[in-house]
Amino acid sequence: MTLEQVVFILVSLLTLGTGLVVVTNRNLFHAALAMMASFFGVAGLYILLDAGFLAAAQLLVYIGAISILIIFAIMLTRRMMQAREAPFNSQSGLGLFTAVATFALLAAVITRWWGVEAVSGRPDVPDTVLQGAVSALGEAFVSANGYVIPFIMASVLLLAALIGSIYIAWPTQYTEDEA
Amino acid sequence: MIPLSWYLLVAALLFCIGLYGVVARRNAVAILMSVELMLNAVNINLVAFWRYGSVLNPDSAPIGWAWAIFVLTVAAAEAAVGLALIISIYRRRDSVIAEELDLLKN
Repeated sequence: MTLEQVVFILVSLLTLGTGLVVVTNRNLFHAALAMMASFFGVAGLYILLDAGFLAAAQLLVYIGAISILIIFAIMLTRRMMQAREAPFNSQSGLGLFTAVATFALLAAVITRWWGVEAVSGRPDVPDTVLQGAVSALGEAFVSANGYVIPFIMASVLLLAALIGSIYIAWPTQYTEDEA
Repeated sequence: MIPLSWYLLVAALLFCIGLYGVVARRNAVAILMSVELMLNAVNINLVAFWRYGSVLNPDSAPIGWAWAIFVLTVAAAEAAVGLALIISIYRRRDSVIAEELDLLKN
């Protein structure tokens, strides 16, 4: 077993173990911290896949922004941080069965799919191609033959979502009978 | 040398962990966190297919990254809108338990 495989297994165990903590922990704050660790593990997988730019974006967007946003929401609904309520609803057994069955199906497809055999060899790519990947991405985002329309759509989506969330979360007066 | 199927299996397992969280958790914030896990699993798949498949093809070289960036953007938008909804609901109903939010049921 090579060093790369050992690192992959350790990073995967970090990602999946903390992922399990996210969905099972009664304390929501601890679940959010575990979610940050899981995002960190995913960034490690990106680095193993030679996608360093995406790992940096993962750290900035997921760990830096989304996790902090979720921790803010947990703290603003502070009563829910206490672990006296049951974490799972009445259909958790059925949900567990669904998740396990879905994984069994996906694993069967992945391990038996002929395409995995066809691409089982990881292509050896010269460093210049990998180093040029970021500039290729940047050019693709602004060129008419690339992704300029999806890029603008994503920007507009993000702007609309942020304005909408400010509007939704804006404090207003509620009458008692609505509660 | 890591086979492609290892990445796909890790991503599938992470996706199913998130799926369980979405179906089984009661707290709306916990459901949102599980959705984020599922989106991360999809991103691992996209980047793995990019590295093992299209990296040497000059026409489609950055396609895996581009999709991963779009997923990242949608995840950020989804988190912002979802958390704004949760805060708004918490102000009105004093609860973020998904089962108790049955305003549209009756």
